[in-house]
Amino acid sequence: MISAVTPELILHITAIGLIAIGLAGVVLSSHLFRMVLALVIAEAGANLMLVLAGYRWDAVAPILTSRAEPAAMVDPVPQALVLTAIVIGVGIQALAVSILIRIRQRYATLDRKEAAERMDAEIAATLGAPRDISQEAPLGERPLPPLPADQINMRGDSP
Amino acid sequence: MGSLTGLLFAGGLGFMLLAVASGLDFGAPPMLIGTEIQAHAPQQTGAANIVTSVVLGYRAIDTLGELSILFASAVSAGLVLGRRHTTAGTQTKGGFILQSGGSLLFPLMMTIGFYIIFHGHLTPGGGFQGGVILAAAFFLPLLARPGARLHHKSLSLIEGFAGASFILIGLFAMLEGKAFLQPMLIQDTLGQLVSAGTLPLLYLAVGLKVGAELASLLSRLIQTEAPQ
Repeated sequence: MISAVTPELILHITAIGLIAIGLAGVVLSSHLFRMVLALVIAEAGANLMLVLAGYRWDAVAPILTSRAEPAAMVDPVPQALVLTAIVIGVGIQALAVSILIRIRQRYATLDRKEAAERMDAEIAATLGAPRDISQEAPLGERPLPPLPADQINMRGDSP
Repeated sequence: MGSLTGLLFAGGLGFMLLAVASGLDFGAPPMLIGTEIQAHAPQQTGAANIVTSVVLGYRAIDTLGELSILFASAVSAGLVLGRRHTTAGTQTKGGFILQSGGSLLFPLMMTIGFYIIFHGHLTPGGGFQGGVILAAAFFLPLLARPGARLHHKSLSLIEGFAGASFILIGLFAMLEGKAFLQPMLIQDTLGQLVSAGTLPLLYLAVGLKVGAELASLLSRLIQTEAPQ
């Protein structure tokens, strides 16, 4: 394990701390927009961790500035990964925010429990069923009452 | 109870990641592909920016998939938001300074965006970054004048054209008997503006696509913002 405080320890703790803070925010917060923001924080931590994975000591950015080859350059593959991950993250955030706009227009709240409550109530009202229904039991009456046993026999073997 | 579980989960995950990270040899990544790419990328793609040659050369199909993810998210956001509400006139317009500032910044941001796109194979930057700046250039006047509209039809035309040209460039490589999206037309002019063959064209297509997509997405968001 690590004994002394080194720059790499600080960087790793920063990245992992961002991921942990973001996940804790996703799990703990009750406001939907804060959940999206926490997801953004976790994403920043993941990106930082990816970039750290390609770091080399005393290395420069992987861009050639002259014909002469420099001593060392950092790994370009994680940087390319992060480059695309950031753009995908923006797209996902935009999608999440647009869903939040719809939720707010429909249920007039962004609180997680309240919105879920109103959604349940709306679904139950649309179905015409009571709120706390069982997941397994059939909804409403059976379409036909079961036939008595003698009728089944008569129908089966009458010539 | 639920919050305690959540805290335990986050803390445990952080501890696990820290334990994994402490076992890594920091500063000396074990992956060999990075050094291989650095040794061969300037000859194989002709781009001075090795990240660009990874994004558009070695992992170009991944970039195509990533563009399609962005496209899918833009389409689904449009699907979720649905038809835009007519909120023009309900929002107050920005002041004189805001409006003229938005108009003044528009050409400058367009210039910077295209500069970053065209120099993506030479300097830090490229289609994704420049495309975001282009989208911001189109978005800024919208913030200053809430009633203004972007022309969605032309934006989607630009977007479709850019996406199609990305694939067409890849297909042209196949016509010449190479692999899909393999870099072509490489001259030995490393570091010049006209170098690296098809990579700047691919980055131009990426930049236009990202810019048009984000601009239409942002304008859709701002137009559905007002409460009913």
